[in-house]
Amino acid sequence: MLNNDVMTLNYTVSPEDFTRAGEASSDVKSKLKQLGVSPEVIRKVSIAMYEGEINMVIHANGGHITVDISAEEIIMELKDNGPGIKDINKAMEAGYSTAPDSIRALGFGAGMGLPNMKKYSDEMNIETELDVGTTVRMIVYM
Amino acid sequence: MDKFFHSVYLNESLCKGCINCIKRCPTEAIRVRKGKAVITNQFCIDCGECVRICSHHAKLIRFDHTDVLKKYEYTVALPAPSLYSQFNNLEDINIVLTALLYLGFDDVYEVSSAAELVSAATRKYLEAHHDKWPVVSTACPSVVRLIRVRFPNLIDHLLPILPPAEVAAMLAREEAIKKTGLPGDKIGIIFISPCPSKVTYSKSPLGVKQSQIDNVLAIKEIYTDLLPLMKKAKESPKNLSASGKIGIGWGGSGGEAAGLITDSYLAADGIENVIRVLEDLEDEKFRNLKFIELNACSGGCVGGVLTVENPYVAKVKLKKLNKYLPVSLNHLEPAGEVTARYGSARYGSAKIDSAEDGRQFYWSDPVKYEPVYQLGGNMVESIAMLNRVEELCNKFPGLDCGSCGAPTCKALAEDIVRGNAVESDCIHILRHHIYELSDDAMNLANDSLAEDVNSDDYINILRRYIGQLSTELSNLKSAQQPDDHADEKRSI
Repeated sequence: MLNNDVMTLNYTVSPEDFTRAGEASSDVKSKLKQLGVSPEVIRKVSIAMYEGEINMVIHANGGHITVDISAEEIIMELKDNGPGIKDINKAMEAGYSTAPDSIRALGFGAGMGLPNMKKYSDEMNIETELDVGTTVRMIVYM
Repeated sequence: MDKFFHSVYLNESLCKGCINCIKRCPTEAIRVRKGKAVITNQFCIDCGECVRICSHHAKLIRFDHTDVLKKYEYTVALPAPSLYSQFNNLEDINIVLTALLYLGFDDVYEVSSAAELVSAATRKYLEAHHDKWPVVSTACPSVVRLIRVRFPNLIDHLLPILPPAEVAAMLAREEAIKKTGLPGDKIGIIFISPCPSKVTYSKSPLGVKQSQIDNVLAIKEIYTDLLPLMKKAKESPKNLSASGKIGIGWGGSGGEAAGLITDSYLAADGIENVIRVLEDLEDEKFRNLKFIELNACSGGCVGGVLTVENPYVAKVKLKKLNKYLPVSLNHLEPAGEVTARYGSARYGSAKIDSAEDGRQFYWSDPVKYEPVYQLGGNMVESIAMLNRVEELCNKFPGLDCGSCGAPTCKALAEDIVRGNAVESDCIHILRHHIYELSDDAMNLANDSLAEDVNSDDYINILRRYIGQLSTELSNLKSAQQPDDHADEKRSI
């Protein structure tokens, strides 16, 4: 049964395909404009989600993103079955990155992924387990 | 004038109702309804792509003709720098400018002169506003219109300085009033444009309530008038030109950025490329650039749909013309004056009061976000509508065939949700309905044979089916026939 007060969007992030990274956040962005969401919220969501999407491509072999949009908030859940994050505190430091050189050569892996996701979302929590995967949940309030 | 006024329109009798323009339109503004192209005003950005693609030449552009010169006591021509790039073997810009006088103008004011002042003012703006980096150029009205409806987060980055044609119009009128003593309304300021976007600008400007440009002529229309006049002008060209490399360079993409004397810039041209850059810019992917130059046409203004020459050939010609010119002939002076048109025959009369940073060329009426893509009146309504769009998209075949008159299945779904189309506009859905009905009729016939049903009942039911089938088929037919419902749409 479709709940018409909430819009749920599902995306699969394909691994190691930089040309497609950003497709999900860009689709969410255009939908938020159709919903009449304020420009500031659109900006926060699209930047936070793009960073997350890129992280999934670089570190985790892709994954799944679910976005729930209601009149009060936007909840983004980014789930992967990647290697997990060894040291969350370190990963949250600006400039810390475990991205390989091949990725850095493409201009990514500046160590700003998680810090930016935190900066642009109103709430963020990370569940991670080594060799099992990571789930990042971000909320942006309207 | 309506803020969604447009200069592109349709010659209905030439429009075949094909899908070329709906597919090409970068903002999905065009639909084929009842066999003719119509446009949604709010989405159109006047880029002229539909004019370019229409092989039936059904798209026309509203512009003025040289008879408007008779309306005024004194006229000034404002040639866009792209005009200079249209002629073979042109060595001296003064030949074109002198030919414009022979055409009937009393004076000329080069848009490229004003462009040098805009460049100077932009350099100062960039230095004073690090917080606005990257600043996005606003010289192409189509780009500004696109940002206004689609990129709300970039509005704050727009360069709030009037485009060169507007600055030229302001200065030309001021100068003409001083020179002739005539009241402003007896003076005709007439821009010679490479594109429909700037025609629209003159009627419905951006950044200012009313444009100083009175009329707009098309390069392609006066081109043939100018050729013989240029032959004559070549014998003794008047010394009229007063712009340098920076001003003339504005005619091609990269020219505006070159005038900023920084290498921290990006210049993109062609509307699809522009959209990609804006998408990335919105996601803050380029954090270290000072300036973004964007032109809707490939090659920049020389690629405008009202020009004659191939844009890339035109760029070569501009470069050749520019080769021996000084860097810039128009300056903002610390004394609070504009030294404009330095080097021209009239130098000395062209000193105009100004702020040192060119502030008098700033926007007086800021551009605001127009959320035309919003579906419903509020969030809850919009969410329900967007859910319905998704539902419909899953139902449609996803071929984006355009047969319904919308460019994509998603666009049709949005039209339906907005109340501007119906599901059976999709010929695949319609065909499915027809199959279903004829299947039902066949089953009924078979059942009746087997069960020996009363023949009157049978005939009545069969009649009903045939009636429904005819209705569905007439839907198919009416989709291809013109009618004149237009509501908020207009023929283009």
